[in-house]
Amino acid sequence: MTLKTEPFILNVGPQHPSTHGVFRMRVTLDGEVVVDLEPVIGYLHRGIEKLAESRTYTQIIPLTDRLDYLASMTNNFGYVLAVEKLGGIKVPERAEYLRIIMAELMRISSHLMAVGFFLNDLGAMMTPVLYMWREREKIMDLFEMVCGQRLTYNYMRVGGVSQDIPDEFLPALKRFIDEMPRFIDEYEQLLSQNEILLVRTKGVGVLPRETAINIGASGPVLRASGVKWDIRKADPYSIYDRFDFEVPVGSTGDCYDRYWVRIQEMRQSVRIVAQAVKQLPAGEICVKVKQPLRLPAGEVYGHVEAPKGELGFYLVSDGSIAPYRLHIRPPTLINLTALRDMVIGWKIADLIVIFGSIDVCLGEIDR
Amino acid sequence: MKFERYGIGVLKGMAVTFRHLFRPPITVQYPEEKLVLSRRLRGCELVWYPEKCTGCATCAKNCPQGNIEIVTHVGNQNNYMVDKFEVDTGRCMFCGLCVESCPYEALAMGLCYEGAKYRRRDLVMAKEALAISDSRKPSAYARPTIEASLPKQSLLVYWDRTDGGQKLSLFPLSKKRGRGV
Repeated sequence: MTLKTEPFILNVGPQHPSTHGVFRMRVTLDGEVVVDLEPVIGYLHRGIEKLAESRTYTQIIPLTDRLDYLASMTNNFGYVLAVEKLGGIKVPERAEYLRIIMAELMRISSHLMAVGFFLNDLGAMMTPVLYMWREREKIMDLFEMVCGQRLTYNYMRVGGVSQDIPDEFLPALKRFIDEMPRFIDEYEQLLSQNEILLVRTKGVGVLPRETAINIGASGPVLRASGVKWDIRKADPYSIYDRFDFEVPVGSTGDCYDRYWVRIQEMRQSVRIVAQAVKQLPAGEICVKVKQPLRLPAGEVYGHVEAPKGELGFYLVSDGSIAPYRLHIRPPTLINLTALRDMVIGWKIADLIVIFGSIDVCLGEIDR
Repeated sequence: MKFERYGIGVLKGMAVTFRHLFRPPITVQYPEEKLVLSRRLRGCELVWYPEKCTGCATCAKNCPQGNIEIVTHVGNQNNYMVDKFEVDTGRCMFCGLCVESCPYEALAMGLCYEGAKYRRRDLVMAKEALAISDSRKPSAYARPTIEASLPKQSLLVYWDRTDGGQKLSLFPLSKKRGRGV
């Protein structure tokens, strides 16, 4: 008698602790091996692009906080850059530096979260993530001191930033950037040579260089595959051309490289913040912009290197007080298209690891 | 994967966890102990100054949610009298744009952060509930003049309890129940 077998369809999510939000994967399994995967998104859709069409340019800034809620400052940054590009608004020096400091602190914070939860997905239940949360908490304290909230900052404005930093900010920040490299060393000691981590991630979920370019991946996912593409270097926005930093690049594009690239990027971000603090000039923090702001009719694409990849805002204005259309290019939605190629042939336990290594945020996938 | 000596990486990691045994704890027992929050906190309520407010409704125009409702009538000296000033804190996202836009500084963010209510209708705050009083303190968000009068925020960066070489006894904690300020 021959045994008849058929593929098994398994739902992962939408309510599942390792899907980092409400993300559903329809996985076809042959035994334990993944043969097909269909991502299902839209559970967190709030219609931010449509809501933006009925709000003034300033009122959209709190909406952008809610895209990638782990990197709100960078979302603010990308949006105000797009508006300033179309309006031809010049930003004061001090505001530029404050923006860079905040965006780079945000990158450290987001990568800490990404690496911590990646380890959580691997089964290192909560110990690494709580060590990393301690450092993230320090950053959130600093953000809270400046703009009064811990997650939805609403800090940047068209023409500058909303408020100047208080007196006790810089000593606390200097202390943070002094001790942060030591903590990153500690993470590396804790994790980078751990046999379990190496066995579970080395050679797992390889994203080849050509595929990564073809799908339009960006951020650590692309750089882990060996492509040296960072918008801060490739198309320098704001004042990034004044800072000395390197772009860490992986070699094979497996899960371990994505983890390694994130750790190295944290080191580079600390370097950028240290340089920005040294150069921080005194002066105005915001130029006066006529309220409500009217932009000239036209269209513009502003993009920044968000912690997760290229975050783009495509803005169409018809000359009124609200945008005619605001399209958001979220980095993780594009990176997520690589998931199917990466997981086919791997087991269901590796699916969670590979998915965790992309570092998605459902807030910006569904928007 | 092959390793030369299996277990070295795990032991190195254990050394880090072992080091943590001798570090001071960074957590606090929340309802009993409370950390001091930021001076610019955008807490879960607004504070309204009835005598400063002219009823111009700039805040209502700047609210992204359209969440502030103001009804006025013309008073004796040809000024606006505010009949109704209502904010549904259940719909408010505490972005602070109303406070930033107020030309008379008649609106401020509050320092409260424990805003749970039993009924949804209790979240709608009218004139009397929003007005400033002893128990409702404004925060320094977009109001830098009162920043110096508020207590210093407790920061986790000083986790080993030294502030620039100067020894801190503990985190500045307030043990009072109720409001965290």
